Amino acid sequence: MSVWVIADQRKGTLRKPALETLSEGRRLADQLGTSMEAVIAGHNVEGLCNEIASYGAEKVYLIDHEILANYNPPAYARAVGDLIKDKQPQIVLMGGTMTGRDLMPRIAARVGAGLAPDCIKLEIVDGKLKAIRPAIAGKVRVEIGYKSDIQMAILRPNVFERLEPDTSKTANIEKVPFEPSDLDTKQRLVEFVSKETGRPELTEAEIIVSGGRGMKAPENFALVEELADLLGAAVGASRAAVDAGWRPQSDQVGQTGKTVSPNLYIAVGISGAIQHLAGMSSSKFIVAINKDPDAPIFNVADFGVVGDLFKVVPLLTEEIKKIKAQEG
Amino acid sequence: MKVVVFCKSVPDTETRVRLKDNRLDKSEIKYILNPYDEFAVEEAVRMKEAGKVDEVVAVSMGPERAREALRSALAIGADRAILIKDDALDGSDTYVTAKVLVKALEKDGVEYGMLLFGQQAIDGDTWHVPGQVAEMLGLPQAGSIIKLEVDPDAGKAVANRLVEGGEEVHEMALPCVVTCRKGLNEPRYPSLPNIMKAKRKPVQDYSLADLGLSPEEVGRAGSFTEVLSYSLPPKKEAGRKVEGEPEEVVQELVKFLKDEIKVL
Amino acid sequence: MRFEFTEEQRMVRDMVRRLADEELKPRAAEMDKKGEIFPEIYQQLAELGLFGVYVPEEYGGAGMDVVSYATVVEELSRGCASTGILVSAHTSLVVDPILHYGTEEQKQKFLMPLAKGEKIAAHAMTEPGAGTDVVSIATTAKRDGDHYILNGTKHFITNGKEASIYLVFAMTDKEKRHKGMSAFIVEKDAPGFSIGKLEHKLGIRASSTAELIFENCRIPAENLLGEEGQGFYIAMHCYDGGRIGVAAQAVGIAQAAYEEAVEFAKTRVQFGQPIANFQAIQFKLADMATMIEAARLLYLKAAWLKQEGKPYYQLSAMAKLFASDVAMRVTREAIQVHGGYGFTEEYPVERHYRDAKITEIYEGTSEAQRLTIARNLLKG
Ligand SMILES: Cc1cc2nc3c(=O)[nH]c(=O)nc-3n(C[C@H](O)[C@H](O)[C@H](O)COP(=O)(O)OP(=O)(O)OC[C@H]3O[C@@H](n4cnc5c(N)ncnc54)[C@H](O)[C@@H]3O)c2cc1C
Ligand SMILES: Cc1cc2nc3c(=O)[nH]c(=O)nc-3n(C[C@H](O)[C@H](O)[C@H](O)COP(=O)(O)OP(=O)(O)OC[C@H]3O[C@@H](n4cnc5c(N)ncnc54)[C@H](O)[C@@H]3O)c2cc1C
Ligand SMILES: Cc1cc2nc3c(=O)[nH]c(=O)nc-3n(C[C@H](O)[C@H](O)[C@H](O)COP(=O)(O)OP(=O)(O)OC[C@H]3O[C@@H](n4cnc5c(N)ncnc54)[C@H](O)[C@@H]3O)c2cc1C
Repeated sequence: MSVWVIADQRKGTLRKPALETLSEGRRLADQLGTSMEAVIAGHNVEGLCNEIASYGAEKVYLIDHEILANYNPPAYARAVGDLIKDKQPQIVLMGGTMTGRDLMPRIAARVGAGLAPDCIKLEIVDGKLKAIRPAIAGKVRVEIGYKSDIQMAILRPNVFERLEPDTSKTANIEKVPFEPSDLDTKQRLVEFVSKETGRPELTEAEIIVSGGRGMKAPENFALVEELADLLGAAVGASRAAVDAGWRPQSDQVGQTGKTVSPNLYIAVGISGAIQHLAGMSSSKFIVAINKDPDAPIFNVADFGVVGDLFKVVPLLTEEIKKIKAQEG
Repeated sequence: MKVVVFCKSVPDTETRVRLKDNRLDKSEIKYILNPYDEFAVEEAVRMKEAGKVDEVVAVSMGPERAREALRSALAIGADRAILIKDDALDGSDTYVTAKVLVKALEKDGVEYGMLLFGQQAIDGDTWHVPGQVAEMLGLPQAGSIIKLEVDPDAGKAVANRLVEGGEEVHEMALPCVVTCRKGLNEPRYPSLPNIMKAKRKPVQDYSLADLGLSPEEVGRAGSFTEVLSYSLPPKKEAGRKVEGEPEEVVQELVKFLKDEIKVL
Repeated sequence: MRFEFTEEQRMVRDMVRRLADEELKPRAAEMDKKGEIFPEIYQQLAELGLFGVYVPEEYGGAGMDVVSYATVVEELSRGCASTGILVSAHTSLVVDPILHYGTEEQKQKFLMPLAKGEKIAAHAMTEPGAGTDVVSIATTAKRDGDHYILNGTKHFITNGKEASIYLVFAMTDKEKRHKGMSAFIVEKDAPGFSIGKLEHKLGIRASSTAELIFENCRIPAENLLGEEGQGFYIAMHCYDGGRIGVAAQAVGIAQAAYEEAVEFAKTRVQFGQPIANFQAIQFKLADMATMIEAARLLYLKAAWLKQEGKPYYQLSAMAKLFASDVAMRVTREAIQVHGGYGFTEEYPVERHYRDAKITEIYEGTSEAQRLTIARNLLKG
């Protein structure tokens, strides 16, 4: 009756949500007084088992086969699903990457188990899992209860705390044989088209860094752009910056520009006029950098920095670079 | 080749959500065809217009109002529809939903070359049903696609999945399952003549009994999960404002970004 | 009594509302500035079947009803009032009379392409010397073998620039006064026909308003609509229906302004709170919503009566009279709610305010509506 985590890897690297999920799996296992075990499927991925162990997995099931080298939904579902059916863990978790959200429903159907996606909190109540998740475009929050013996959940990325890995920990590695089947050959990942270049579209971006009249000159937008690129963010602007000809019209956020609701909106040198707010106030988090402590933007900001943007922004960029460097 | 498009009736995106006795208050909700399913219907109809598909069947499980969602699919260009309607289905989780949809396909006997879904329904928002159907039927699947090329004669499809940092290109044998999202196409507006034609297109109703299912196998009774309670998301806390030496305020800002809202 | 749309009516409304939100609203200000409805909009309206809403399918229409048609005009006007009148003038003032009075040949030749939106229509009655008093028109038509020869000048003609089929009213016998008026279908390429000046207007600026010149314009005799001397009755038929369209247009304009006002009131903060918290603003919004609903019910009832084949001219006159007044009041108050912002071109309420005015003028001024209504009340 252990807690399982399906460790998501791509091209031989464990993905960040997998580490968060392992951490949460460890926490739940401790709470239940049971073991935490992981499954990893792929090809030539044995090397990842130690890293998985460092997040507290006591056992790692390794399913290694060339058919599993790339994501193959039917093959992955069969490989992992049949192992679950065989070993009957109580809880099965996976991170909410595009793979996780695609694969887990297949596994749940194969196993015959309840599944909750996009979870932001997991609890154990009377020995069973209870999942908490937003639904209806974030307008409600629901608690999901399970009636199946096996309880499955997909975890929203960036929500669960990642434990510090402990490299002294080791896990018992069990290699699970994989027999190819006809179905596996009906699907093949033939190519991965990388789209890492370029900034995201304003209305689709997770993070937006916008500059206003406080930027003073078009060339100073390099500060905003550097910060944005570091964060994988889109670049926006106030109308004052657009009207001044510093930024293209397509960058304008606000009443007469674009309406955006990113996870994080960073307003740099923008006063927060009502027309600007109309386009961005539904952002999940708002950070404002402005030298005027009475600027209206601070009324909507979750975090306001009162200061000179020409000092604050370069420092911020430096700090984030350092953090990224640590992460590798 | 025939294709099946799965259509769900969902609350309009503009709907304000109210709770009553810990449940959704559905009295003032306006329902529409799930926007993601529009991409699926549009794609199917385009395949038909391109001569690759000869019949597009729209299927929905839901209460009477789901008929309107089907009507919308027919107005975009689906040829006929199937409505699975039974009071006992209320409270079905995604596993049961998938099971019922599979039964309806069997009952209808349509020889499909492809099953098209929306990536997600905007209410339940689980993204589960397509993968569950695919697994129950033993079919290949490509989720969240933004490009699709189908060659019915060669019996294969190539689909681009939009994933983190790029696109996965999957080649699949037909029949297969795809789930559709923005970027795949621009769904058309249903024209008035097509709205009128939709009225005359057949909609087949199935009850549970028609599908050979008993009430205990579906709804709350047959589900593996249940929604225990609803609540409104917590209100945003008041923000804070920091002043001081740039080095110090930036440290605090970084802490906020990293530890509190976890974007770093 | 059932105050409910049928499933098709609801689908049409939802579709056009979405079209207005996604395609018209974002372009309305630009079209207003440039003074034209963009060609891709015509194209899209045609593809969607909006130029022949209640024309039977055998004549290239969508085969729907008058209520659907009026709803289409309201929803289009909510996005762009010029686009609303484009469809309304085309349908009520030309398509409808050809459907009603046309011969089978005329329906095949003219109604078909009009209903499909392959061609646009305009209705030409008004002249510099003849407005409300239509019987005083000076344009004449003389029979010449199997042709008619038209002479005269029309002005203020909606769709005048884009149309290729015109319904033109002319006197075939001046002596007979209104019994001497006849209606003719004129094609754009008719010899002796030309388009004169285009008006610069206060509102509905994207809609063209043209002068039409007929100089010994020769048209085939079979282009006479109805019979000689029937023109006045045909015109009255046009306006009875057209008023439903203008009323719907007025409600669409009012609805758009009202929605802007609500949105602004909720977001504009003064004295530390959204101005929507102030009762003075709340009362304005409540009045707007109430007036709009009443105006909408009036035009829907008129449309329903027309569809049922019941007398509707009294209701359509009331609907137009009331709805145009509502459009004026609502757009004025919507600007008031916006304060100075509402006075700038950046906010759409300024355009709605300008667009509203015409609904009190064309297809019978408000004074003319009152005359009609009163005459009707007192007769018999
Ligand atoms: C009808 C209408 C529609 C409009 N639509 C829009 C719209 O869509 N989008 C939009 O953005 N605006 C719109 N506006 C304009 C809006 O009212 C404001 O004028 C505009 O948003 C101001 O832009 P800003 O904040 O960049 O400039 P300002 O208001 O001038 O603010 C600049 C800010 O930068 C700060 N600053 C200056 N130097 C520094 C420094 N060194 N370090 C830190 N902070 C500094 C200042 O304290 C100030 O708060 C509209 C206006 C009208 C009338
Ligand atoms: C607030 C809320 C939370 C829920 N959480 C969970 C949960 O965590 N786990 C769980 O198992 N169930 C859950 N459910 C139940 C679930 O919503 C229903 O089972 C629903 O029928 C299918 O799931 P979905 O709406 O998430 O669809 P998705 O799986 O997101 O839909 C994807 C696609 O599947 C097709 N599809 C989905 N439903 C239908 C249908 N009825 N008819 C035809 N095609 C369809 C459509 O093409 C759709 O675009 C929840 C329901 C609610 C209201
Ligand atoms: C933008 C626009 C588009 C138009 N489109 C068309 C079109 O497509 N086809 C077409 O044929 N015409 C069209 N017209 C003309 C429109 O129908 C006339 O302007 C309208 O009928 C009024 O006529 P008039 O302008 O000559 O005013 P007049 O008739 O001169 O009226 C002036 C004033 O006197 C009042 N009045 C007149 N007679 C009386 C009376 N007996 N008792 C009390 N008051 C009276 C009127 O109500 C008005 O207030 C359009 C006009 C405009 C401005």
